[in-house]
Amino acid sequence: MPELKRHDNRLGIWGWLGGGRWGMERYAYILHRVTGLGILAYFLMHICVTSLRAWGIYLWTGEGAFLDAPVFKVGEFLVFSAFAFHAFNGVRLILVELGFAVGKPIEPVYPYKSSLHVQRPLFLAMMVLAAVFFAAGSYEFWHGLAR
Amino acid sequence: MWENVAEVREVAFHVTRFTPERDVKPRVQTFQVPVRAGMTVLEGLHYIKENLDSSLVWRYSCRMGVCGSCGMLLNGRPGLACNTQIFDIAGTDLTVGPLPNFDVVRDLIPDLVPMFSKHAGLRPHVVREDAADQDDPAGEYFQTPAQLEEFLQFTYCIKCACCMAACPTLATDAGYLGPMPLAQVQRYNVDTRDGGRGERLAAAGAAHGVFRCHYAGECSRVCPKGVDPAKAIQHLKRQLVLDYLHLARRQKPCAKQHGPGKGTRDPQIPASPPRTIGA
Repeated sequence: MPELKRHDNRLGIWGWLGGGRWGMERYAYILHRVTGLGILAYFLMHICVTSLRAWGIYLWTGEGAFLDAPVFKVGEFLVFSAFAFHAFNGVRLILVELGFAVGKPIEPVYPYKSSLHVQRPLFLAMMVLAAVFFAAGSYEFWHGLAR
Repeated sequence: MWENVAEVREVAFHVTRFTPERDVKPRVQTFQVPVRAGMTVLEGLHYIKENLDSSLVWRYSCRMGVCGSCGMLLNGRPGLACNTQIFDIAGTDLTVGPLPNFDVVRDLIPDLVPMFSKHAGLRPHVVREDAADQDDPAGEYFQTPAQLEEFLQFTYCIKCACCMAACPTLATDAGYLGPMPLAQVQRYNVDTRDGGRGERLAAAGAAHGVFRCHYAGECSRVCPKGVDPAKAIQHLKRQLVLDYLHLARRQKPCAKQHGPGKGTRDPQIPASPPRTIGA
């Protein structure tokens, strides 16, 4: 029997981002990945930037002046924001993925109540903590720059 | 939302079509369907096939949310066509497409073979050392109601693939085992009759296994049977971590109680009536 042509319907990256009508955990999933990639990119750049010190003091001081530009300060603030979300959401994921906050198996009775409902208070608590950490850090960051 | 049950309203069905002999890629065809309250998407598709275009193809069987054949992408969300009422998800427009993350064979039919291959590879059945007894059982295995509840929720899975279509990890990693097969790993691993735990855990803990899940939760959100694959997967991760740390409680598969007629009967239980067939 000849092989029929098929259409590859895999969503790819659009599967992360697209869809619509998703729940808040889905958006946390997307943001966790994006912030994780952002923090990783920052670490790689950080290693490159600090390794310039090995090439001599003149390059190092010149680079310091260059990195004082406002655009890099905004970049640092974005890294801090990403860290605030990633760290607190990461704590939630560790607890959830170790089975602590998803509940025990139950008889499914309509309307169904899933583990998403069970872990929702933890999710909201972690987001509040992330927001408090972000607010305090933001004040310190911009206030420190103004001084 | 829909007070007058006798009233009929036109809904535009935007249906994805794909004919492999003719089309290079899927196209969308729009049909005007008269819809009354309570009408399901499956009934709408039947109306199209009977009255507007007989060439429309989809897969269905039971019409009551049991067989899991009619999984589709309904207004961007995976669901069963047979237990989704049109007015619950659509006003004047409804998009109907094949489940994503699978190849499309024709129109609304996804190729589910990759999912079932992964599922079969994880030995989704009770594994016993006494294999001969499994084929010709001569007694009961002891299991308490509490032990049954540890996996009962996950036995309701109808393999409709809605969870696989909703999974964002599967969207970028075709090798990922996916919510349905992994939930079934958990279903059999916690079954006290089973002895295949180690083999399944090795497969589930491998590179494209359970740790690719990061709890987007979509599988549980779209599951039409309340199986909650995300919960099963998190419990499975816990098992793997405890196993790695040598903290897991190891227990042998439960023993068989007795053969037919060899056990002692509880005198409180009345005798069964005489057999009418095969006496």
